[in-house]
Amino acid sequence: MATKIRDGAQAIIDSLQQNDVEFIFGYPGGANMPIFDALLDSPIKLILVRHEQGASHMADGYARSTGKAGVVLVTSGPGATNTITGILTAQMDSVPLVVICGQTITPNLGLDAFQEADVSGISFPVVKHSYLIKNANDIPRIMKEAFYIAESGRPGPVLIDVPKDIAVTRFQPDYNIDMQIPGYTIPIHGDSARIAEAADMLNKAKKPVLLVGHGAIISDAGKAVKALAEQMQIPVTNTLLGKGAFSENHILSMGMLGMHGTAYANMAVLNCDLIMSIGSRWDDRILGKTDEFCKNAKKIHVDIDPAEFNKMIIPDCSILGDARLVIEELNTMAQPGDTNDWLAQIEKWKKKFPLKYLKKGGLKAQYVLDELNRLTKSDAIISTDVGQHQMWAAQFCKTTGRYNWLSSGGAGTMGFGFPAAIGAQLAHPDKLVVAVVGDGGFQMTSAELVTAVLNKLPIKILIINNKYLGMVRQWQALFFDNRYSGVDLAGNPDFVKLAEAYHAKGFRIKRNADVTRILTDAINYNEGPCIIEAEVEKEDNVFPMIPSGATYDSMVLERPRKKMDKPVGST
Amino acid sequence: MNNKNNSHSISLFVNNKPGVLIRIALVFARRGYNIDSLVVSPSRDQHFSRMSITASGKAKILEQIIKQLNKLVDVLHATDHTGEIVVEKELALIKVECSIEQRTEILQISEHFKCQTVDISGNTLMLQVTGNSDKLDALHTIMAKYKILEMVRTGKIIMARGDAST
Repeated sequence: MATKIRDGAQAIIDSLQQNDVEFIFGYPGGANMPIFDALLDSPIKLILVRHEQGASHMADGYARSTGKAGVVLVTSGPGATNTITGILTAQMDSVPLVVICGQTITPNLGLDAFQEADVSGISFPVVKHSYLIKNANDIPRIMKEAFYIAESGRPGPVLIDVPKDIAVTRFQPDYNIDMQIPGYTIPIHGDSARIAEAADMLNKAKKPVLLVGHGAIISDAGKAVKALAEQMQIPVTNTLLGKGAFSENHILSMGMLGMHGTAYANMAVLNCDLIMSIGSRWDDRILGKTDEFCKNAKKIHVDIDPAEFNKMIIPDCSILGDARLVIEELNTMAQPGDTNDWLAQIEKWKKKFPLKYLKKGGLKAQYVLDELNRLTKSDAIISTDVGQHQMWAAQFCKTTGRYNWLSSGGAGTMGFGFPAAIGAQLAHPDKLVVAVVGDGGFQMTSAELVTAVLNKLPIKILIINNKYLGMVRQWQALFFDNRYSGVDLAGNPDFVKLAEAYHAKGFRIKRNADVTRILTDAINYNEGPCIIEAEVEKEDNVFPMIPSGATYDSMVLERPRKKMDKPVGST
Repeated sequence: MNNKNNSHSISLFVNNKPGVLIRIALVFARRGYNIDSLVVSPSRDQHFSRMSITASGKAKILEQIIKQLNKLVDVLHATDHTGEIVVEKELALIKVECSIEQRTEILQISEHFKCQTVDISGNTLMLQVTGNSDKLDALHTIMAKYKILEMVRTGKIIMARGDAST
């Protein structure tokens, strides 16, 4: 198709429009000025951030809450390297991003030019794919490939490095050009014989468990999983990132499993005779001691990424394909199961070992989050940082919708929660979005308060403030003889005043009696972002807990009287 | 080649682009796998390259490495040929110190290995040998009793036999 002459930057923006991009999260600099200039003539809305890491997490939050690639535009050198944490976060959690970086002009590449960094080289270990554009004519093809690679199969971040001379080269773009990615294939339909084998195993199982992960959300397998669970009467547990694949308020749901999962989910996993993972990668937070994990249970693994088979667990049956299509096909072969005894056992565990916290005494983070869950009817988009507040939110904020839970799982990135909430709120202007963050993590990206204020985003930033880096402190208490090292966050700002300094609203919760009223006020405040600082008990611990690298039967429900052994797992 | 028991022969068919080699090398490095030899060459089609890699390490880790290599967008396929019947060839140049008195003896040995003598000087002899890696190892061992001044090996190249494709 003949098109008019464009320059490289305009061709990039044209390509973004062809991919229905609504927002660009970006920050300008010398090397990406032509692209910022071209952006002025486009309907795409620029979200100007205050730090490039924030841009990458916003794009991530947008992508996680829509399934569409989030787009980042940064300049060369430090602008680009500041996105690396966000790119890693997206890569670890299979989130589609397209990160466009300005770069010095091609003749200067490798000459230590001002703000030059070998960004595509730096990106290699943390991207799904990356490009350095050397010829403007390649722009339409590379842009097309970038979105396709980012969003398809197992999604992930794609980085495009754009030298400034390429961005100003005038040429006649061919937007109908074919992609050239012969090395990229996506498994779609599962092998029917394998699916039949899995159905047979499920039909024979007496104590089966379904384990749903992020893959089930990405492939929109929720309905199929629900049909499978209900038809065969199989209890369901979810990973941290699988929250929302299967409603945690469903009678068959056991909530999250693993290191800080519910006691009943973990007991079910310990005692099951079959576990079927649907789009989960058997992460080490879930396995505990790998060799002992579900040692006597049959294992079925459904995944779109063949590299996940035999990586952590050697399954008895592996099915390569799209989770939704695989489960839909499986549903045609599944028979109504007789799992009454098994479900009755799980009900007993649920009653005997519920998630709990002391309702008396000082303000508990768990109570704040439990109340948040009640007031939002489990229907808010919740994003989190990493640490104690994240685990408590995962336990107490029940996730019922596919796109309602945004949390950095694999990378465990502090500072993720708040900017991710900005991306999600932009994508869903009418939804209630709550960033549940710690006092530590929030300060890593709190500069984005400006971004939320300027865009009038009614995000509720719930800071669980225990004035500590709580999870590290918990480990130091349990495994390092209470020797606290580097975890005291003395000197925290007054978060309510901080909100006011950014022309945002600030609330503070100090007592149990404040919780319902202040959360209600905050939920009803829609003029822009607000901070709700909850001054919680300083030295509370997250339980249940399976120490890292330990077996499921070593789960503890409260702090043991005797000293615990140092964990053998990594972190 | 050290660690012969754990040695694996891997062939790759990849895009002929800058940066592809780094991406591949990173997959090995991340799992602590050492690359013993590496050959990159153009293929029949100029858009693609052939790589033959020998690497040593545990088989279970290699399975992951092969899968990770296949995930790379620039890799069309990566295959472990260990234990398969394939044609494997390697070439080496060996320069030995060689007095005039030793020359006949060394040339006699080299003849058994079907070596070509590619350079002779007053006190050196350069031999070119081709064949499978074991043969090259054997020649290396024998020549070690003389003084090897330099040795360069190309690394192994691999091709599947018959109708099978590499």
